Amino acid sequence: MTTLALAQGARWKQALTNPIVLASVIAILLVVIGQLVSPGFGSYGQIINLLRVASFLGIIAIGQTIVILAGGEGIDLSVGKVATFAAIIGSRVMDGHDANLALGLLVPLAVAAAIGLVNGLGIVYLRIPPFVMTLGMLGVVQGLILAYTGGVAAGRAAPALTALVNGRLALSIPGVLFVWLLLAIAISLLLHRTRFGWNLYAVGTNRVAAELSGISVNRTVISAYVTSAVFAGLGGMLLLGYTESVFLDLADQYMLPSVAAVVIGGTLISGGIGGYAGSAIGAIVLTVLESLLTTLDIPNASRTIVNGVVLLLLLALYGRQRRLRS
Amino acid sequence: MSGMLDRIRDVRVGALATWALLVIAVVLNAILQPTFFSLYSITSNFATFVPLVLVAIAQAIVVVGGGLDLSLGAIVALSSVVAVTVMGGEDGRVGLGFAVAIAVGAVCGLVNGLVVAVVRLQPLIVTFATASIFSGSALVVMPKPGGTVPPVMTGIYRTAVAGVPVSVLAVLVAVCLWLVLRQTRLMRHVYAVGGDPGAAYASLVPVTRTRTLTYVIAGAFSGLAAMALLANSGSGDPFVGADIALNSIAAVVVGGVALRGGRGGAVGAVVGAIVLAMAANIVFFFDVPTTYRQLVNGLVIIGALALSVLSSARRAAR
Repeated sequence: MTTLALAQGARWKQALTNPIVLASVIAILLVVIGQLVSPGFGSYGQIINLLRVASFLGIIAIGQTIVILAGGEGIDLSVGKVATFAAIIGSRVMDGHDANLALGLLVPLAVAAAIGLVNGLGIVYLRIPPFVMTLGMLGVVQGLILAYTGGVAAGRAAPALTALVNGRLALSIPGVLFVWLLLAIAISLLLHRTRFGWNLYAVGTNRVAAELSGISVNRTVISAYVTSAVFAGLGGMLLLGYTESVFLDLADQYMLPSVAAVVIGGTLISGGIGGYAGSAIGAIVLTVLESLLTTLDIPNASRTIVNGVVLLLLLALYGRQRRLRS
Repeated sequence: MSGMLDRIRDVRVGALATWALLVIAVVLNAILQPTFFSLYSITSNFATFVPLVLVAIAQAIVVVGGGLDLSLGAIVALSSVVAVTVMGGEDGRVGLGFAVAIAVGAVCGLVNGLVVAVVRLQPLIVTFATASIFSGSALVVMPKPGGTVPPVMTGIYRTAVAGVPVSVLAVLVAVCLWLVLRQTRLMRHVYAVGGDPGAAYASLVPVTRTRTLTYVIAGAFSGLAAMALLANSGSGDPFVGADIALNSIAAVVVGGVALRGGRGGAVGAVVGAIVLAMAANIVFFFDVPTTYRQLVNGLVIIGALALSVLSSARRAAR
């Protein structure tokens, strides 16, 4: 009897310390608090709207998850700028015409992939630490944006893209959520059912062991950075569909939240352990939090403060590192 | 004994790439800007360099200790708006302003340090979160740019003492501060903790306290940077310093400090900061079309980063 109770207690504890469960509980709690403080916050339409806003961060966080899983202090600080650049190129190429849609999607994603390739090559062959390489790339992409636009954003999203992102496909759910769901499933399959995914976890856990067991570490790491940039670009394109026209700093603010979403989702920043489901929920938590603070009508300044405090509390729940003594 | 000799040689070679970059930057700048060595140019150039130089020293101390601080820019913003509010434009309160700026910086640093070292969370995410707390607080103190810096501060900042511009003196004083700090047991502990926390712990180094103190010292230096920024701009701005944190990390890397911790020093970081600041100058005087300026600057910075990382990587492999 006692042992059973103990075992059950242990199971509960285990479930509650599982980052994905914990993050989901927090997301739901935040929605409940929102509903209590401001009735209507937890309504169906409002939740769908929250998820739509979260989807852009969530899609950019796909790449960040993969890069962090690959280990070796992996991180991609250039995702925000790459997303912005992709949206800027996309809007120019599309110029508001559906006929240019295919080209308007392909060109920006190809440019993003090229940026990711340079990141990967620099990190693997020049052995520049990822933080430094992608930080430098952030400056270069910002320069590319200015050189390409001359400081003026132009063009417009193709109506079809806007229809896909904002249009209600079924159950009054906007298309971008279906895109996000499909991507989330595809990424989870990629991570857990394909050779690339297995290699990624192996490389993230122990590079030497991975190399010795015949995995091409370099190729895996480079692919991770290319993937990261492509998903950042895709996030930027969907954001373009949402806003229809671009600004020169459209997606810049997603850089660090994408890392935060991954960490809240329970992926170890040192690599090898974690997955995308957590990051997706992390993106939702961050978005709900932001929206709750906006709804509470807290002034901008205090909202920024509360946001930081809550983020720290979230991390303190399970992001702690081991003691030196143990 | 030979190990120690190696280490001394190591330190020198490590800084070589950084110094080479500085020489190249100075030569290029001097060629492109004929008035480069005039007292006026040096004064105004250094007046803009000082804040980044001070934050780079701050960042170097944290990074050597195995951490990272993304909140230093926000700390600069918060310290500067608090200081400018406290001084209220009166010359008599400049001393108070300095004390307050340094204190605010140190308290912010203490928050960072406690969360990173005692609660044991990832420095990258912690300082991202605290940056949002500090910049939010800056907005509470001063919702929009304003306030007046005491005239004596802005006046002295642009003058020269015995032929040496005050802004250059500020950099020299900061370097001296570091050199003194470098001799203390605390900094030896910082190097030990940054190099191998487990070994440091085993050798009875107070790891938690040391880590916390690196953030406190970095906060205090950022408070000083806030005063330099105020002296240069003449008024307060809660939005200032958005780029300072990332730039300081770039400066530290160009200065040959390993992000992994335990290697390098603040002198390199100072040189790195000056190189980065001069790179922007050079691009400006190269007559690069305005829209391409940032791209060229970005490419130069990534080149400088690659060069210093590569030279130190080869050293580590040897």
